[in-house]
Amino acid sequence: MKEVVLTAKEATAIEGWSKPSQQRSVEILSRYPDKRSAVMPLLYISMIENGYVTEDGMRQVGLLTGLSPAQVQSVASFYTMYKREPIGDYLVGVCTSISCFLLGADDVLAAIEDESGVPDGESGGDGTFSIEHVECNGACGGAPVVLVNWEMIEGVTPEKARELVRWLRDGRPDVVNTEEMQRLFGGKRAFDWGVKEPVGAILPVPAFGPYGSVGGEAT
Amino acid sequence: MKILTERMEAHRTDSHTIERYEATGGYTALRKGLLELGAEAVAAEVKASNLRGRGGANFPAGVKWGFLAPAKPAYLVVNGDESEPGTFKDRQLLERDPHQLVEGVILSSFALDVHHAFIYIRGEYPKPARRLQDAVDEAYEKGYLGSDILGSGFDLDVTIHLGGGAYICGEESALLNSLEGRRGEPRIKPPFPAIEGLYSKPTIVNNVETLSNVPWIVNNGGVAYARIGPDTSAGTRMISLSGHVENPGNYEIVMGMPWREIIYGLGGGIPGGRELKAWIPGGSSAPWFVPAEHLDVPATIDDTDSNGSMMGSGAIIVMDDSTDMVKAAHRIVRFYSHESCGQCTPCREGTTWLERILYRIVSGQGRHADIELLLDISDGISPGLTWPPLMTTICPLGPSATAPVVSLMQYFRHEVEAMIGDDDG
Repeated sequence: MKEVVLTAKEATAIEGWSKPSQQRSVEILSRYPDKRSAVMPLLYISMIENGYVTEDGMRQVGLLTGLSPAQVQSVASFYTMYKREPIGDYLVGVCTSISCFLLGADDVLAAIEDESGVPDGESGGDGTFSIEHVECNGACGGAPVVLVNWEMIEGVTPEKARELVRWLRDGRPDVVNTEEMQRLFGGKRAFDWGVKEPVGAILPVPAFGPYGSVGGEAT
Repeated sequence: MKILTERMEAHRTDSHTIERYEATGGYTALRKGLLELGAEAVAAEVKASNLRGRGGANFPAGVKWGFLAPAKPAYLVVNGDESEPGTFKDRQLLERDPHQLVEGVILSSFALDVHHAFIYIRGEYPKPARRLQDAVDEAYEKGYLGSDILGSGFDLDVTIHLGGGAYICGEESALLNSLEGRRGEPRIKPPFPAIEGLYSKPTIVNNVETLSNVPWIVNNGGVAYARIGPDTSAGTRMISLSGHVENPGNYEIVMGMPWREIIYGLGGGIPGGRELKAWIPGGSSAPWFVPAEHLDVPATIDDTDSNGSMMGSGAIIVMDDSTDMVKAAHRIVRFYSHESCGQCTPCREGTTWLERILYRIVSGQGRHADIELLLDISDGISPGLTWPPLMTTICPLGPSATAPVVSLMQYFRHEVEAMIGDDDG
């Protein structure tokens, strides 16, 4: 891994970011031979800092990677996980691809839309939820699956999906954790997951250590 | 016979830790490869193993390695963008035995004279990515990664890269564009990645499962691997069973058992006393199989291919007699329509129209002319609707969307006609 030192202009671009996010950005840049490759990880960090992929965020990422804002936008707009509008605290995704569809995913999605009052593809007025149907998330043996901030629950029924929505709305957990949600709202899983993992997601960004989106032990 | 899942089945709680990995023979292949065999011999073992790529295309891995151009630097990129509907095997390999992959990556990089490897994990897999990052960090601490690995003089860095939610990035040249910080659009080939890949340098792209086999091959020899299973479907492979089956899950099998045994033996048959109606043998882009014709076909790469479908990514999706096949086909086509990158007109427009017309039919607004229209649009994407499919597009995504349409019309045309009913406009 190479040594990376930000120029004054680059450092100024992200001086509004938290210190850990600034440090992580430098570390991410050091992991690639070409700084353009850091666009995707840095877009996730910008979502952590700005709440979603904002125009400022795209400018900031562009300054760090040597790209114009338009070039950054061309990347951000290609991938569905970069949200370019404000989203709720809990991004609830329901897989409705073929294996989940065969086992009743459409009913699970309908239950979540009804209980949250937020239609598929939209965000609720109070900023709690964004609801979306997603394409195959790779746990088809545990269909149907639901994701909260990309942490997965398998074997979800419409009734359990309603309970999940109420649990999120009333409890507003800081960290969503697969093990806890699976125990409360899940059923059959695709495979034995081994040891339980205490960490989870704090934001609607994939919970990955190098990006700083991992939360500590859930209650 | 288990190669990939032996450790995780024997040690259900800690197979992902470096302590367990080392206590069960982990990183011995690395010592053997780096300190005894040498790079050429490691590559020769992989070639001799007849290991075929497990990402979907089933191309022989050793042959692919042989195409790597001599220019330096060269790169190894691991494809962990597992996104083909029905497929969840790489998730299990990443979560439950990440060191097996890391050791495979180090050995393969050594064989290919690569000093920077990238592992591209789909963005929706944060937990597998966390496990893998932990494994990579541990490997650095133990001196299995970094400079002068095990005193061999070989240096290697590994970077884990998270995707952003795009199926197309499983296509290797799209993945490379994504890794370069671009839109995940497939590249026109040639040049193939082995000649001009990441940053226009020679690059080998291999699937997670493919490389997870490498430690065993180095330890036991390529010939021993080639002896497992049928000649052209050597070794074990992971299959992912889902849909209407009693025991869904991942299974590591020796290829060659008939499909009947996979669905009724491993899968435990169809729940609720229902009958099998059809199954998809290799991910949702594979043409469908039906019980009247295919239950006794051996599940090998070649037998599946000669019967008009593919083992692809190893994802088997089972549908019982309650399944509305028109809705199932629509759901699969909707996926490809959503995931089309938009570069090629036949795919961008064709998948969109296929989805809209199927939606019209399942919404009760279908017309009898829609059947020929669907086939005509499919023919525009994949001329002649042959198997294997011809393409008017840069990559196979477009032709993938035609498979469920063609299968629907081939086996269940009466269901489409019944759904359209008398509403002919």
